[in-house]
Amino acid sequence: MNIFAALRTALRALRKNKLRSFLAALGIVIAVAAVIATVAIGEGAKAKVADQMASLGSNLLMILPGSVMQHGAATGAGATQNLTRDDAAAIEKELGGPVAAVAPINRTGAQIIYGDANWFTQVVGTTPGYLAVRGWPLADGEAFGREEDAAAAKVCLIGQTVKDKLFGDSPAVGEQIRVRHVPCKVVGVLSAKGQSSWGQDQDDVVLMPWTTLVRRIIGSQSDAVGQLMVSARSPQSVSEAQREITSLLKQRHHQSEQSEPDFQVRNLAEMQNAAQEQTKTIALLLGSVALISLIVGAIGIANVMLVSVTERTREIGIRMAVGARGRDVMFQFLTEAVVLAAVGGAIGLFLGTGVAKYMAIQAQWPTLLSPPVMIGTMILAGLAGIIAGFYPALRASRLDPIDALRFE
Amino acid sequence: MSSRAAVVDTQGIEKVYSMGDMKVHALRGVSLRIEAGEFLAVMGASGSGKSTFMNLVGCLDRPTAGAFLLNGKDVSRFSRDQLAGVRGREIGFVFQGFNLLPRTSALENVELPMLYQGVSAKERKKRASEALARVGLGDRVDHTPAQLSGGQQQRVAIARALVNRPVLLLADEPTGNLDSQTSIEVMAIFQELNDQGLTILLVTHESDIAEHARRVVVFKDGVVLSDRPVQKRRIARIQLAAEATG
Repeated sequence: MNIFAALRTALRALRKNKLRSFLAALGIVIAVAAVIATVAIGEGAKAKVADQMASLGSNLLMILPGSVMQHGAATGAGATQNLTRDDAAAIEKELGGPVAAVAPINRTGAQIIYGDANWFTQVVGTTPGYLAVRGWPLADGEAFGREEDAAAAKVCLIGQTVKDKLFGDSPAVGEQIRVRHVPCKVVGVLSAKGQSSWGQDQDDVVLMPWTTLVRRIIGSQSDAVGQLMVSARSPQSVSEAQREITSLLKQRHHQSEQSEPDFQVRNLAEMQNAAQEQTKTIALLLGSVALISLIVGAIGIANVMLVSVTERTREIGIRMAVGARGRDVMFQFLTEAVVLAAVGGAIGLFLGTGVAKYMAIQAQWPTLLSPPVMIGTMILAGLAGIIAGFYPALRASRLDPIDALRFE
Repeated sequence: MSSRAAVVDTQGIEKVYSMGDMKVHALRGVSLRIEAGEFLAVMGASGSGKSTFMNLVGCLDRPTAGAFLLNGKDVSRFSRDQLAGVRGREIGFVFQGFNLLPRTSALENVELPMLYQGVSAKERKKRASEALARVGLGDRVDHTPAQLSGGQQQRVAIARALVNRPVLLLADEPTGNLDSQTSIEVMAIFQELNDQGLTILLVTHESDIAEHARRVVVFKDGVVLSDRPVQKRRIARIQLAAEATG
């Protein structure tokens, strides 16, 4: 019996008992739909996390002042101000291989005023490298350069939120704003970056040259830097950059190679990996739930196939009398079980896709339909059909033709 | 060589059924030859062993002892699958209860034996249509068994039995579920097929049906009681003509 004849026979047999066939396949329908929908939602969440990670900057390393020993007592992390502009310059100058850009960062909160409008925001003092590190293009105007930083020029870039609060719809570039009474010319507007992964509005910010912020706004003569942001040249060079920076800074801070560094180098790629590990665990969990529901679905099919074999004993007898071998009968019932599972799988695929799309539109959940998962789930459903159909088909194939023909 | 062999040649076949501790001897050594072109009727009361004989000759079962040569080939030690192949290629079955697949068209019922012989779909359809035309049902190919009378259903079954061009047609009480008029019509088809050279083995308990054959074998208690040619053979076609006129 070839596959087409077997398929036709299977479809006809299943059509004769539409409701029963549907109920038998329902388990598989639900299992497949659940897998498709949950994976789509999970993948969507994963993609969103990855997106947020990327919005921080690519291949990012953060260098923070660390703990130092003072008379035998360790201070907490960040208690010292032992990172300097010179450290930043040294990294930029000496580690041009693995490092793409370096940005020293100091922050302060400040009231900013334009005309009648005023707003309290975070002011970040940094170098032109900051925009490269964060991967943050301008929406309007031009960035400040090294000369402005060296001269402590009274210029700034403003985020979208700040622009909206102070300027509304009118253009901001070229206007003068006051930052803590220091007049500053807006030279550019940053493009919108949205919320950070922890919900902070990244666009509520004013950027200005580091020297301008520290010398003019804060009024400090110190060279201490709050933190350094470094972007490595590629994902592969992140670890190398981390190693080299650690080594270089230790040298500059007169520390031995073996000692605990008085700064910290944080690798955001590692954080991203951790996040991905987490989603892997969730995927594994979803996978096992899916497997269990597939098993339940397979049991439903096996049950119906057993009933079907008993009901159709006479048919099996007739087929054997006219020349069907055991394997022909087995093939016929296996095909029926697989068709049942595959139809259930197809309905489930359709349903699951629908649910995922509905979630995306109605609940604003990001969903991502993954073709490999869809195909894999369908294969699993077919496999469930084979496993479910095996015993009933085996029983059918082992019937004695004489007994089967006599069966009422 | 094989053309000269008998279609059926049983050599002292025995069949013993074990029912718990009891052993039932259904056949106690039956030797019977059926030559090509014969029309043999097997008679006997229930429990005489005629059904067991029919199952063995039909390759649905294997003898406990003795040899069975079908068309010169000893099939008594064949495996289940080998027997299935022999049934499909060399034997056509007609049963008392018609044994058609319900809710399946006449054409597809007749196609069924070819499904297991690897015949192409096109060829299947062609041969099934021809076989149905041969039994006078050329205009009923799309009817399901429920839409056909008993006589028509049995003719579909005969078409199905013929479609793989078997060497032997086995009919097990083919008229058991039919009225006398329809019975004669079915016997007319058998006689016509036999006249064309087909070997037929008919199992029946009705002597007037058996008289349509050329030779009658009577079974009793698992052995052959008598084996003789039919003296006054009934010709179904003449009976039908007589009924039509009178």
